[in-house]
Amino acid sequence: MTHPFTAALIFATPLVVILAFIAMALLDRRRRGFVQGPGFFQRNGTPIAIFLIGAAVFWALILIVFPQLYMVDYSFHPKLPQIKRGGPEDIYTLENYRYFLFGSTRNTDHWNTTHLNAFWITIFVSTIITIVNFAICYPLAYFMAQVAKPQTVLKLMVLLVIPYWINEILRAFAFRILLGTGGLINNVAIAAGLISEPVDFIGHDVALYAGLTYAYLLIMMFPLYNAIESLDRNQIEAARDLGAPWWHIHLFVVMPFAKPGIASGATLVFMLCAGALAAPLVLGGPKTLWFTPIVYDRFFQAFNWPQGSAYAMILLLTCMAFVSLTMRLFKVSLSEITR
Amino acid sequence: MSARFVWRLMLGFYIALFFAFLFGPLIVMGVTAFNTPDYPQVWPFEGFTLDWFAKLTADRNLMEGLVNSFIIGAFVVALSVPLGLAGAILMTQIYRPARSLYYLIVVSPVLTPGVIIGISTVIFWKDVTELTGMQSLFNGIFLATLGQAAFISAYCMLIFLSRLQRYDRVQEEAALDLGASQTQVFFDILLPFLRPAIFSAAVIAFLSSFENYNTTTFAILADKTLTTVLAGRVRAGTTPAISAMAVVIIGVTVIGAIVYEIVKRAELRREAARANALAAA
Repeated sequence: MTHPFTAALIFATPLVVILAFIAMALLDRRRRGFVQGPGFFQRNGTPIAIFLIGAAVFWALILIVFPQLYMVDYSFHPKLPQIKRGGPEDIYTLENYRYFLFGSTRNTDHWNTTHLNAFWITIFVSTIITIVNFAICYPLAYFMAQVAKPQTVLKLMVLLVIPYWINEILRAFAFRILLGTGGLINNVAIAAGLISEPVDFIGHDVALYAGLTYAYLLIMMFPLYNAIESLDRNQIEAARDLGAPWWHIHLFVVMPFAKPGIASGATLVFMLCAGALAAPLVLGGPKTLWFTPIVYDRFFQAFNWPQGSAYAMILLLTCMAFVSLTMRLFKVSLSEITR
Repeated sequence: MSARFVWRLMLGFYIALFFAFLFGPLIVMGVTAFNTPDYPQVWPFEGFTLDWFAKLTADRNLMEGLVNSFIIGAFVVALSVPLGLAGAILMTQIYRPARSLYYLIVVSPVLTPGVIIGISTVIFWKDVTELTGMQSLFNGIFLATLGQAAFISAYCMLIFLSRLQRYDRVQEEAALDLGASQTQVFFDILLPFLRPAIFSAAVIAFLSSFENYNTTTFAILADKTLTTVLAGRVRAGTTPAISAMAVVIIGVTVIGAIVYEIVKRAELRREAARANALAAA
């Protein structure tokens, strides 16, 4: 059980923030007089106003903020049996984070190379997959948004929407059939005499990376298409008339305009890749390094929930860093990314 | 051969390649569901069979998971659509300086890996149910619903927000001038205006819930859903029965997606017709 003082802090802080904003709003209102129309309750009617506030508080606080704060708190506690929790041994500690760095809760002699490598590889590969997905999707998104006839676009859209809803696990499974040692590609290659021994695509992580690329392809496609679609075709014509070569048009006209879509697709693909669980579980070989399954194992194999929370925190911070970096880099706002 | 022709050829080749990549693995998987060998195999095709489908219906765990997935999906729709609606309406009215913080909080689950939402939900509710003595609430279906609703509500909110951008408050003022109460305005003007968005949000919410794995696998505790059973099976070994299941799921999804599109188009057409009639009058 969480320390009562911490629990009080977790529950009280958001309420203080809300009260502060309400106080500010009331002060603002008084200062401006009654020029600005009816208040919240008058505007919506009391029953609806109560529903709106109740629902938003339930969602924002009980479903989102409190659980996240609880997880933060949990990650700074030692692993203890149920009875000892909340007792004198339940102190605040950095041991879970220390374990991530050094592979031991006490000494700091050696780096925890397995977990650190998995972490870096996850970030690195997710970044590469994000870029690859952009490269694969951009031409088709551009073609659909600016070149193709409406009828063609409609047909292509249907073709894209159908696979969009297919489960991540099944996508991974499809790649296992394709790339397993007894899979289609190996069988065909052997029959054609290209190779004599089956290639271990799964052991070499080829299957995993291909599967991840595949799984999140359409996540990149739709924001990209929406962004390019709203570009006025006259701008492209103008650039062409002024003698811009085709790659200039893409690099200096279309892409800058589609920035919000690119940022949106990139953050989502990166987040989904770095947080992917099904694909690494299904397509990972015995030596595969991916961060999410390690988090998963903290819970279900080591039964070390505080440590799992700490690992989850590390993943969360990484994703937050990536999102804010993308926002900086592309100079877009959060509302543009999540449109 | 003109340069234009070469361009077109390259473009066609690229599009064909793209869709081959998109559909190829799925088609391969589909074919293995009908082939006789124990290992999912496309080629050589040794014989046509439907046995793998028959095996599915006899699978207790799978059926139990399927039922749970439907129950959770229904709960998530019932929870996320109202939450998303309230979240969106509040977004248009909230005190300005508080808006960006509010937006950041309610949209953050979209940008958070699903495993983290699942983990934090379990940790939070374990403590809450222990503190309040409501241990019966600490069950998989309840937690999976709440965990999924945390981010699915955000999808719903984004759908409502884009619809609300086109909302004309003049109608609302007219109704109020004619003596309607605010509550009547909400039910008789705002909700009917939002109906297409409510439909979209419900469909998206159900599909997202149904196919979710990352959040569910933590929040479901000892229970099971279709996706967690599926993941267990896929990890345990590859059999064509999984391919058969995939064929069924893909079939259902495709039918669902098509029905959804048809209903949505019909709604749009009706709306356009209404707008035309108004313009003519």
